[in-house]
Amino acid sequence: MSPAATAQDACAMAGAFQRGERSAERNVLEAFERLDAAEPRLQAFAGTQRERALSQARALDRDRAQGISAGVLAGVPVALKSNMCWQGVEAHCGSRILAGYKPPYTATFVERLIAAGAIPIGMTNMDEFAMGSSGENSAFGVARNPWDLARTPGGSSSGSAAAVAAGIVPIALGSDTGGSVRQPAAFCGIAGFKPTYGRVSRYGLIAFGSSLDQVSPFARSLRDIELVCHVISGVDAADSTTAQLPPMEIEAGDLRGLRIGVPAEYFPPQLAPEVRKVYDAAKARLLELGAQLVDVRLPHTEYAIPTYYVVATAEASSNLARYEGIRYGLRVEGDGSLQGMFAATRAAGFGAEVQRRILLGTYVLSSGYYDAWYNRALRVRRLLRRDFDTAFEQVDLIIGPTTPTAAFRLGEKTSDPVAMYLSDVMTAPISLAGLPGLSLPCGFVEQDGVSLPLGLQIIGPALSDPLVLRAGRSFEEATDHHRRRPDLAQLQAVRA
Amino acid sequence: MSSTPQSDVVGLVSPKTGVHWIPVIGLEVHCQLKTWTKLFCGCRNEFGAPPNSLTCPVCTAQPGALPVLNREALDLALRTALALGADVAPRSKFDRKNYFYCDLPKGYQISQFDQPYCKGGGITLSSGKRVRLTRIHLEEDAGKAIHDRGPTTLVDLNRAGVPLIESVSEADMQTSQEAFEYLSTLKQLLQYVGASDCDMEKGSLRCDVNISVHPAGEPWRTKVELKNLNSFRNVQAAIEYEIVRQVEAYESGDPARMPVQETRLFDAVAGLTRSMRKKEDAHDYRYFPEPDLPPITVGAEMLERQRAMLPEMPPARRERYQAALGLSAYDAGVLTAERPLAEFFETVARLSNRPKEASNWITNELLRCLSDPELEPTSIDELPFRPHDMALLIEMVEAGALSVQAGRKVLRAMFQTGKSPKELASSLGLEQISDTSALEGWCREALVGKDKIIADVKAGKTKAVGALVGPVMKASKGSANPQLVQEILLRIIAEG
Repeated sequence: MSPAATAQDACAMAGAFQRGERSAERNVLEAFERLDAAEPRLQAFAGTQRERALSQARALDRDRAQGISAGVLAGVPVALKSNMCWQGVEAHCGSRILAGYKPPYTATFVERLIAAGAIPIGMTNMDEFAMGSSGENSAFGVARNPWDLARTPGGSSSGSAAAVAAGIVPIALGSDTGGSVRQPAAFCGIAGFKPTYGRVSRYGLIAFGSSLDQVSPFARSLRDIELVCHVISGVDAADSTTAQLPPMEIEAGDLRGLRIGVPAEYFPPQLAPEVRKVYDAAKARLLELGAQLVDVRLPHTEYAIPTYYVVATAEASSNLARYEGIRYGLRVEGDGSLQGMFAATRAAGFGAEVQRRILLGTYVLSSGYYDAWYNRALRVRRLLRRDFDTAFEQVDLIIGPTTPTAAFRLGEKTSDPVAMYLSDVMTAPISLAGLPGLSLPCGFVEQDGVSLPLGLQIIGPALSDPLVLRAGRSFEEATDHHRRRPDLAQLQAVRA
Repeated sequence: MSSTPQSDVVGLVSPKTGVHWIPVIGLEVHCQLKTWTKLFCGCRNEFGAPPNSLTCPVCTAQPGALPVLNREALDLALRTALALGADVAPRSKFDRKNYFYCDLPKGYQISQFDQPYCKGGGITLSSGKRVRLTRIHLEEDAGKAIHDRGPTTLVDLNRAGVPLIESVSEADMQTSQEAFEYLSTLKQLLQYVGASDCDMEKGSLRCDVNISVHPAGEPWRTKVELKNLNSFRNVQAAIEYEIVRQVEAYESGDPARMPVQETRLFDAVAGLTRSMRKKEDAHDYRYFPEPDLPPITVGAEMLERQRAMLPEMPPARRERYQAALGLSAYDAGVLTAERPLAEFFETVARLSNRPKEASNWITNELLRCLSDPELEPTSIDELPFRPHDMALLIEMVEAGALSVQAGRKVLRAMFQTGKSPKELASSLGLEQISDTSALEGWCREALVGKDKIIADVKAGKTKAVGALVGPVMKASKGSANPQLVQEILLRIIAEG
């Protein structure tokens, strides 16, 4: 593997470190070189931790020199989304209300990453409180898509996706609530995997929709995804919603003999012909690889988006109540009364989309509206789950497009929240059902003279994560979409 | 409404109109559980520590922190439910109660709304009347806002997250005395099962009252909630005030004075209640299921384990003291008032094998010492001596080694020094002399020149010898055993 290729592959990097062929320090320094080259334009990062990363890298190198064995991710630089707690490092969540907030503790999954030898180098840009599908709801930097800087990398884990797609780090963590990792992975031509709800601890992930949020990795290869999942998954005493299971294992095998469901609902007539063509090719590939394709129905799919926007906003309205200016973050005194301070702080600290969702969530939980909205949404959520349960009686996995289109232009949907919400139409149902969902590159479409990636989503039953990843790996090995790289010269060119 | 044997005398007959008004009273009691740690984090549950010293990311609501249920709190809550004869739900859940206040760090309280862990049960008053419980639920306490230290409000989060159980009674009470007895009995029960200190001064027991009045035979009228009741006496006073206030308001016929659904605060100094907020200003708490905590499931085995840990409760204990130990109902009541006292008594009774004497010494002498303002300690838990010493003291008195009078002095000295009664009796020179050779000398001296008495005794008037006991006691400086002195005197006279 060439040095450049190694730098984009966590498995290769960890192997080279362990064999003494590459130092952790070199990995970190090179990551920062790539970051500095891309960053003024890419805006993937909200903040970097050069000193901390370098000192951790040197400690790993010293340990290695002394023959102390290192973890499976030793020496691999990684990026964290700005809603992840890493003690002493600003996690502003893309919000003015948390500007300057440095958590006094470290998230379980960050601790596990670091214990495995991974080296966090910085925090990435995101939609405020993970609410958005384009990164444009950030109060700070708006990340760009490395394939076309005029386009969104997707959201809300925009910066993490852009950082991996641009080759700055081989691995980045995002969080997926309704598609916030899978959609940007699709838009950026990389792999993004949302594990089964409860498979990865949420302790230290700043909450948006607690019953949906799941820490989810981005990488350029399925092997790297599998490695990260192995490191960060498993029961955590600090999160009572984690499944009582050990870390995720890697499953050997391929696609042969697997029955794969193709729901009509995920291939609607509105799908553009060139997009449909990509998915037809992907289906053909799956057949060639020995999978069986089976028509299945997910009849309640059309209700997923409204259901999602009731459940997630209800939880968010409560989760975001703690930002009132007393203990941390922004404080605006207002009229001097306590309620006045709360109101002034929240009015100044939250952006428009966050305020919209808090209002929506507050409304659906209000006395007199609860049954018509929140309670009904819970019932539809159960129906959506049942759709999947029924489908999985016939098939092992389900596939579909991750998104109905390729990456859209920045600014294209900002004036129309509902159009923005609809970009989650094929990811939100999986989140509501708590299922594992993988997006991996499956082809490209030409738009305005630019080649844009599309993602194939592979969905499995609850806790079938290793099977989903195995299927993805098998598809990846047989294709080379994931090997295509955006032309990073454009970043340089703009810079020059 | 429930009728009682005294229903013709309860309530208030208006002197003005002659209308018989019946009060309807229900109580909501919040009680802090005496756990080692808080309900959802590992912080110590302790009163009086320096402000904000018992806090962590969870109870200060740092972004990303998650609650984990403290099993000890659930155990104590279950034990309380069993002691109250309530039904424990095999499955219940936590909900979020959303409101903004500076002492509520998350902006919501984790409580139980529509599925409490426990329903039913009740308390039987001395009249035989049963006050039913509607439900008990488990929830977390808020922090403390301190408003009286200068111009700013200070917040102490040590109390935030302390486990509480809230027990809600049916509106089965009609007098302030019944409310008082209900509270006293509930407090006794909570202390017996080891669930709580129930110290109103420290806020570990808090009580709200729901109260309305209606003319006998008519339907119930609007209820008013009373808060800020800092002692059982205040609960009684507030109820008495409120009954009169409501009756007078109704009888005034003035629409402006008609009782409305509202919350009123009791002003203990002025001895009256004042309106705090009307129904229309009531919070909409937007309860919804807590997504961060799985449902509480309580299996039969778990419940039986707690049942096995229940102590013998006061009613059963009182009965046993009377039937098996021959104590009076009054003494049995005094001894079982508090579990530590009852346990102290039982140990003393067992060690001395003299339950009646143990009861007399404890109910008379020990309790007198405990309430003596000049003596420390004032609580049975802090005695500087063991039940063993108390049993020894009783044995010494019964064996004649100490007079009752001397025994009292020794007990006071035990309070002050914690030394054994043997040691104190000798160091204070209070041991009775039962050595016949020493006593014989004093007796012979006392008989000199008392021919009249000797003759009377010989004539059968043995009582006459009593006049000689005093001089012997005097000669022995009070240390002679008077019983023995009398015997020796009679023997000498008979022999002479």
